Amino acid sequence: MKQSIQWQIAQVKAIKHETPTVKTFTLSIPAWVQHRAGQHYDVRLTAPDGYQAQRSYSIASEPERVGDIDLTVERLGDGEVSPYLHDVLVPGDQIELRGPLGGYFVWDTTLGGPLLLIAGGSGIVPLMAMVRHRVAQRSDIPTRLLHSVRTPEAVIYAEELSRLSKQQTRLDVTYTFTRQAPANWRGYARRVDEMILREVLQTLGNKPRIYICGPTALVEVAANTLAGIGVDAESIRTERFGPTGGR
Amino acid sequence: MSGQFVSRGFQGGRPSAETRDRLPPGQHAVSDFPVLSAGPTPQVTHENWQLTIEGLVQEPITWRWEDFLKLPSQEFTVNIHCVTSWSKFDTRWRGVSMDTLFEHVTLDPRARYATAHCHGGYTTNLPIDELINGQAFVAYEYDGKPLPAEHGGLARLVVPHLYFWKSAKWLRGLRFMESNQRGFWESLGYHNHGDPWKEERYSSDY
Amino acid sequence: MSELDQSMDMNTKMMLDGNALAGKLQAIFGAEMTATSTICAQCGGTSLMGELRAFTQSPGIVLRCPTCEGVMLRLVQTPRATLLDARGVMYLKIPS
Repeated sequence: MKQSIQWQIAQVKAIKHETPTVKTFTLSIPAWVQHRAGQHYDVRLTAPDGYQAQRSYSIASEPERVGDIDLTVERLGDGEVSPYLHDVLVPGDQIELRGPLGGYFVWDTTLGGPLLLIAGGSGIVPLMAMVRHRVAQRSDIPTRLLHSVRTPEAVIYAEELSRLSKQQTRLDVTYTFTRQAPANWRGYARRVDEMILREVLQTLGNKPRIYICGPTALVEVAANTLAGIGVDAESIRTERFGPTGGR
Repeated sequence: MSGQFVSRGFQGGRPSAETRDRLPPGQHAVSDFPVLSAGPTPQVTHENWQLTIEGLVQEPITWRWEDFLKLPSQEFTVNIHCVTSWSKFDTRWRGVSMDTLFEHVTLDPRARYATAHCHGGYTTNLPIDELINGQAFVAYEYDGKPLPAEHGGLARLVVPHLYFWKSAKWLRGLRFMESNQRGFWESLGYHNHGDPWKEERYSSDY
Repeated sequence: MSELDQSMDMNTKMMLDGNALAGKLQAIFGAEMTATSTICAQCGGTSLMGELRAFTQSPGIVLRCPTCEGVMLRLVQTPRATLLDARGVMYLKIPS
């Protein structure tokens, strides 16, 4: 497998507002290498005095798109890199990065399914790459996305996921709102718990591949609860991001 | 290397003019108190907490929490400097001066260095000369409140004139020795002494 | 302390997975390492490198065993070198 690890200078092609605190950056990558859904890039900022700050951001776009990638980034108030990306970067700017990286938290259609994706907040990003990859491959692997979000305004990719879940066979998107649910909401409105996990598992049979990405608290609860109700721990892959981690 | 690349409009953590004299070289001031950790927070309770001084002393001594609180304590306000490049001014603590703890033991004349041992396995080494004369404290309050667990509570060492990795969190003991034995970070490239004003970040061996 | 179970401690909240260090590990080993099996020298547990508990907000990086929390790898970058202490790893099994 070809490994691209050198730092390179990408160009910002477009910036899209996803939610009040989340933006997607489309970047042209000169030494583009096809990624696997779930992988990330390291982004490095350098000040004129040589000071550097580095963070990892998950790739949101599908591997089938050639030459550029989308990184979806949540702006963290106490962060160092994400405020720069949100407040300073404009299309045409250059940005230093390396990737694609990581071989642990990856999925492609050849690995098969059924697939259970569990996201907390911006933890949806690498899972969205998996969903988009599944669509690009015209796969009908049974896939269920459980997305825990605080408020309706905080839902990333809402329109696209709504459209895909209608168009695609056997792709199901389930939300749970932990702080404030939409008006007349009949779905889940609480933190991910055993009841929710049992219900989403039911439709997938007993041997799904499971990817969990989000804040440590959600990842711990989801992974431990699943293991507790008999899901094979080997089938669970997790990716945590700390409050200042930037993922 | 692409080290020539500069991110447009990225300033990083450069000091402002008013804080510059208070900052050791290569540091920047922060207003929050970043949490640094090499592992999960150990579970230390008032019931199982102990502090032991041992090694080259005539008689080792162990305090339990309620006895430790009876020792004379003092408030101190200091600037702290983390080797990861942040500094925080005027942090306010309460704790027991190391001088007070030294009154309870008789040091062997060969004792020259101390290793701080912590819950969770962390260690760091310091010269005894730099623990005395008001230079070091075992702190259990920060900013008027019990020291939070993520910042080393129930009690941590505070040695403000050295980089903050020397101010070991979750302190459980000090061992006095004749030789200087490298601690957790000192054994992997970090400086044995760690004076921020001399910018003693990394060992010259590496 | 009674709140400990409901609000996870800050140090644990900041914990990442070894997967987040894929770039650094790849720069050191010259290959993708997160899918490599590691065996903990302390408890003998097997984990993929990407599954180790990563503590990065620290003077160096510490990777711990997810089973026993023992230190498996420590990584420090000085201006002149990268130092890697792997005493906590019994061995690595690198897929060929």
